Amino acid sequence: MSEFAPAPTPTRTTRRDAFPPNWPFRIGLLLLALYVVYASSILDLTWPRFLLGLEHGQRFLGRMFPPNVAPDKLKLLYDGMLESLQIAILASVAGTLISLPLGFASARNLSPAPLAWAARLIIVICRTFHPVIVAILFVKAVGFGALAGVLALTVASVGFISKLIGESIEEMSMKPVEALRATGASFLSVVVMAVMPQVLPRFIGFIAYELDSNLRNSALVGIVGGGGIGATLFTAFQRFDYDFVLTIVLTVIVLVMIGEIISGAMRKLFQ
Amino acid sequence: MDASAPIKSSAAEDGARTLHIRHLFKEYRAGQPVLRDVSLTIEGRGLTAIIGPSGTGKSTLVRCINRLVDPTSGEIIFRGQNLAGLRGRELRHARRRIGMVFQEYNLVERLTVIENVLCGRLGYLPVWRAWLRRFPPADIARAFDLLDAVGLSAHATQRADQLSGGQRQRVGIARALMQEPDLLLADEPTSSLDPKTSVEIMELIARRAGERDIPVIVNIHNVDLAKRYADRIIGMARGTVVFDGPPQALEHSHLIDIYGGEGWLE
Repeated sequence: MSEFAPAPTPTRTTRRDAFPPNWPFRIGLLLLALYVVYASSILDLTWPRFLLGLEHGQRFLGRMFPPNVAPDKLKLLYDGMLESLQIAILASVAGTLISLPLGFASARNLSPAPLAWAARLIIVICRTFHPVIVAILFVKAVGFGALAGVLALTVASVGFISKLIGESIEEMSMKPVEALRATGASFLSVVVMAVMPQVLPRFIGFIAYELDSNLRNSALVGIVGGGGIGATLFTAFQRFDYDFVLTIVLTVIVLVMIGEIISGAMRKLFQ
Repeated sequence: MDASAPIKSSAAEDGARTLHIRHLFKEYRAGQPVLRDVSLTIEGRGLTAIIGPSGTGKSTLVRCINRLVDPTSGEIIFRGQNLAGLRGRELRHARRRIGMVFQEYNLVERLTVIENVLCGRLGYLPVWRAWLRRFPPADIARAFDLLDAVGLSAHATQRADQLSGGQRQRVGIARALMQEPDLLLADEPTSSLDPKTSVEIMELIARRAGERDIPVIVNIHNVDLAKRYADRIIGMARGTVVFDGPPQALEHSHLIDIYGGEGWLE
């Protein structure tokens, strides 16, 4: 008998199937494919339409080069970038300050159930809408400018950071908490000596990530009136200054990359 | 002070440290009591070992004493207070006088060894002092002395997660002694350790508590270790006390009563 002899055929009369077909899944997949075809016919997504679009795009890209670096434009760029940076930093700081108590309150292993549910409700509300929609609301409420941008990104930061803070507290080990309670330590002492050492490195990571993401989003909220480089970008589009648009886009890319490097370094520092 | 002949505390002080447990019940789920009417008086000296099968309520009993578990009914009288009825600040103050050593050490892994030992003083410090690590110099000096006593002086500023199991349990013991407790509880202190280290840890608990005249209550799986170090053995089964006496009195028949069956005794 060779080494590669087939496995002996089962002696049982009914063979057991190890991988039964999943018919509901197969039917679901087929329905999805049919719907995709149907939806694209409704929305007039046709090949000639796409080719026409490509032609427009080509002209648009052509008008972008070379990027505009006239001194007056650079001044606009500098002012806009500075404002965006300020919006991002302010929103991150304010978001963190609100998120710390809110995150602790939402952790069901530390806070009483009614408080935890109330905190969770606030967090869910903060997370419901995209920052751009929140920014539109704030622009209507407090008017155009950086304040609306800061408020919108603060809401987004609170939703993000406090949710992750709450989750990481719920995932921590309760053993040291129990031990410190047993020594007669007060609740705050337990938080400082048993909870914070376990979760602080992760908090730093969340905050660094949020700073990074606020930097990206601050360009976005500007487009709907929240101030910063987004406003400059939107104006440039409306004036058909496509070469200046390119300058702005390139600068934002560089800034976001720098932000990513800084947040990565922060996370590494506190591991 | 000569460690081999420690000064015994007065009878009156022993009396104050005596623990009275009366009619203690605990149900985690209604109708399924884990402890059924446990009544015990544990003198304020010596080492008392509680033995018994897993799930019989040993751990629950010990945790009821410092209220990590809330009893369903019954009284726990210690230093003139009914611990079962305490809340808030009163409970925290009572806990300061009761040290505890855990099966899985329960150290704060990311803190250093000395910080973990100093955690034993948290009940006496305002939170900002702990946060800024502004511990009183006397506490710090005592923490170093305790690290000497458990043989870990060289590791004081190492993080707790770099230690071996036996070393971590030594830190746990130092943290409990740091409280200057009137009672030391140990919940399966050797169950996560190898046999040799287990003996060393029991030896350390018995010696360090003995020379400080601290009464010890220890839950333990290992009957041999219990007989070797305990002055009194309490055998539990099915949520009640089924044996109570000195180690010499613990017979074969008692073990059958406590653990059931007898094949394992051969």
